[in-house]
Amino acid sequence: MSRTINLTLLVWRQGKQSPKGSFETFQARDIDTDSSFLEMLDTVNEKISLNGGEPIAFDHDCREGICGACGAMVNGRAHGHEKGTTLCQLHMRHFNDGDTVVIEPWRARAFKVIKDLVVDRSALDKIMAAGGYISVNTGGAQDANSLPVPADDAEKAMDAAQCIGCGACVAACPNASAMLFVSAKISHLALLPQGRPEAARRALAMVREMDACGFGNCGNERECEAECPKEISIINIARLNREFIKSSLI
Amino acid sequence: MELNGNVPDGPVNEKWDRRKSELKLVNPANKRKFTIIVVGTGLAGGSASASLAELGYNVKTFCIQDSPRRAHSIAAQGGINAAKNYPNDGDSVWRLFYDTVKGGDFRAREGNVYRLAQVSNAIIDHCVAQGVPFAREYGGLLANRSFGGAQVSRTFYARGQTGQQLLLGCYSALMRQVAAKKVTLFPRREMLELVMVDGKARGIVARNLITGEIESHEAHAVVLATGGYGNVFYLSTNAMASNVTAAWRCHKKGAFFANPCFTQIHPTCIPVHGDSQSKLTLMSESLRNDGRVWVPKNKGDKRAPSDIPESERDYYLERKYPSFGNLVPRDVASRNAKAVCDEGRGVGATGLAVYLDFADAIKRDGKDTIAKKYGNLFAMYEKITAQDPYQVPMMIYPAIHYTMGGLWVDYNLMSTVDGLFVIGEANFSDHGANRLGASALMQGLADGYFVLPYTIGGYLGQGGLGEVSTGHQAFVDAAKQARDQTDRLLSIRGKRTVDDFHRELGKLMWDNCGMGRTDEGLAAAKERIPQIRAEFWESVRVPGEGLDLNASLEKAGRVADFLEFAELMVDDALARRESCGGHFNEAFQTPENEALRDDENFCHVAAWEYKGENAPEERHQEPLTFENVKLSQRSYK
Ligand SMILES: Cc1cc2nc3c(=O)[nH]c(=O)nc-3n(C[C@H](O)[C@H](O)[C@H](O)COP(=O)(O)OP(=O)(O)OC[C@H]3O[C@@H](n4cnc5c(N)ncnc54)[C@H](O)[C@@H]3O)c2cc1C
Ligand code: SF4
Ligand code: FES
Repeated sequence: MSRTINLTLLVWRQGKQSPKGSFETFQARDIDTDSSFLEMLDTVNEKISLNGGEPIAFDHDCREGICGACGAMVNGRAHGHEKGTTLCQLHMRHFNDGDTVVIEPWRARAFKVIKDLVVDRSALDKIMAAGGYISVNTGGAQDANSLPVPADDAEKAMDAAQCIGCGACVAACPNASAMLFVSAKISHLALLPQGRPEAARRALAMVREMDACGFGNCGNERECEAECPKEISIINIARLNREFIKSSLI
Repeated sequence: MELNGNVPDGPVNEKWDRRKSELKLVNPANKRKFTIIVVGTGLAGGSASASLAELGYNVKTFCIQDSPRRAHSIAAQGGINAAKNYPNDGDSVWRLFYDTVKGGDFRAREGNVYRLAQVSNAIIDHCVAQGVPFAREYGGLLANRSFGGAQVSRTFYARGQTGQQLLLGCYSALMRQVAAKKVTLFPRREMLELVMVDGKARGIVARNLITGEIESHEAHAVVLATGGYGNVFYLSTNAMASNVTAAWRCHKKGAFFANPCFTQIHPTCIPVHGDSQSKLTLMSESLRNDGRVWVPKNKGDKRAPSDIPESERDYYLERKYPSFGNLVPRDVASRNAKAVCDEGRGVGATGLAVYLDFADAIKRDGKDTIAKKYGNLFAMYEKITAQDPYQVPMMIYPAIHYTMGGLWVDYNLMSTVDGLFVIGEANFSDHGANRLGASALMQGLADGYFVLPYTIGGYLGQGGLGEVSTGHQAFVDAAKQARDQTDRLLSIRGKRTVDDFHRELGKLMWDNCGMGRTDEGLAAAKERIPQIRAEFWESVRVPGEGLDLNASLEKAGRVADFLEFAELMVDDALARRESCGGHFNEAFQTPENEALRDDENFCHVAAWEYKGENAPEERHQEPLTFENVKLSQRSYK
């Protein structure tokens, strides 16, 4: 049953007015526990606006856990403490009346803070541009069923393809590595016969670009897997490593 | 004025080939000399950008999100149609065409719809080649399911995340062209004005959403792929940034707006929880394949669903529509849900919900089978409502989901402004008054991969497009217009937030221009909208600055446009003296409460022309002729 709760928020504020950034405290009053974390922030922002302040900036769009736009550290956890959940799908029923909640942006060398909780994740697009595709032009594809894919491979590819590119794995990693993200894309494509011809080149190009963008190395800490809202498995990192080794042998 | 859809002559199955052979070609060396702006990176804009770049054009691609991969298309769950007939159940291009025309309640152009069905198979082939991980059977071939009222299994899907996987396919193709330097990406940009030079679309003005600067971009043609306007209702299943702004600003520059009152209500959404609700979540319609819809037979029955015996349940869709049952089209399912709730038989705390029950399916197929089909949807439902649908029936209620109306385009997907093409949900073209499930993804990709790349070549190949630069007076004026509006919004510093206005408008539209429309309700909305608009411009509060990231300012601009556009929707609903598909005026219904069309007087597209501020818009007509599918009353009994 829905209730209302009161919270104290400690929110990271950074931007034109405070280039270095600092925490600011807000009271979140009468929050409906059926609402989502972002709806809670909406409520707080309405108050801030009416009181003459500047609302807390955060990224969001689909609000159903699929676009990967939202995300923040909540009490030190990427997307909050609920497993397999994006921030927009974290509901306030998982908080208690009187809680203090600390909200910070993703922190990583490759993700510059733009404003408050909004960070620049364009490095992930750059990694994709480096090789996250199968080189096929529109037109001329053969009949889709002429290339059977074992159901099991298709399922595994789909498991990896679920990555929403939110960047939580990077934020959760002590080395700010993007390995889980990269491995998810590489696995998705390498597991499918269509993706095999370019698998080696793809792995090499994407890993190189990841390094060039300033992401750290994978130290096998497994924090990424624990925080990933789509529960992408680190088995994918092992698969990436295999593809990468193959590529360096060529 | 009577509009001409520019559909080629000849038998319906030869029209597209005929057009392709008539269209002028641009030779490869010349393609390099053309720049095309694509606004939007959903399935339509993403596929168009990639395909145009592959052909050799220079493409500039814009989107609001920080990455093109996050466009609203990503949220589509259920699937994409194609006429492959892999299950051998009698499907064909003709049947997909027929179903789409009929499902759209005979308010779409036959020629367009036939082409859509024709290219549908190539979409699946291409997506598989790109690595889209569609569901497969054990033998490794592609799996299909029936969806949203179709009696054949023609829907391809990727778990409950078909839109995401298709969009990642487009996006990867797009990023490949970014790497090849054929596409320049402009994320976190919002198009605010269309720029016309010598009567032709030659560029846009956009706001950089990080710095707040107004930027100008020139091109030889502009493609709008900016999605639908469902957020005029405030609560909808659309992503938060979905808007009418780009389309509306083009409308004000001369692009006719077609059938704005054709909006689709999706029958299976999670009911509203309370005042802080910011958007609605769809539960894929594929759930209706196995879930049974019911409400208590008696009014005000507040017992838990498990305490209501079989004999006191009303499976109203199965009762009223024995041959389609729970799989009736969306508009029919939605209106019936509203009707039982209006009778006081709705369930849940608000009484605005009906049950979608999987108990029988679980008994029949086992929990594992159901989990395999719908596991992630069930998990999503539980996350949002804290109820376990394996144990208790889901509660669902209709919500705004899709907009069939959009900018008017001819067969070549060009609007009434030369050089302005409109694709995907942003145009009006293929779904008539009601879209079938799994057909929006098909249309977006058909437009972007397989139609626009040809037809835009025909336009560019005609010549007559001299060079223009952003120094041209038209760009200067458009940029000033955009800046003036921003300054005006920021200077009001009133007492009500943007969301507050948006909520008020949304409720007004939902109550009066939503599922069941009446002349009185529409008239009341028509009176109220200008008042809300005036209040908005007097007392809205937009905090922050113009030259900064400012989400409130972005929203304010979008709501300002919704406040103008809403009135046109109401005008369109009032002018259409019939019911059809998603437009249901209670004055026009059959004795069985189905939509009653007036084919004699309204078998046409209504396309509205902007006539200046505060002047009534002019309604033009494009007559629709049906040579292949006989006009008939839809019946799903
Ligand atoms: C929850 C949900 C589930 C759905 N499921 C299905 C399904 O299973 N099957 C099906 O066929 N259909 C489904 N649909 C419908 C379908 O997803 C959409 O109709 C389709 O994806 C629209 O694609 P689009 O490319 O036209 O636009 P969108 O995907 O909406 O993309 C719009 C793009 O335009 C950009 N944009 C908008 N305005 C501006 C501006 N002013 N300046 C710059 N950029 C701008 C946005 O940033 C975005 O990139 C579903 C819809 C919803 C809401
Ligand atoms: S791997 Fe997981 S955490 Fe990382 S970007 Fe993808 S979805 Fe987000
Ligand atoms: S807003 Fe899209 S994943 Fe959270």
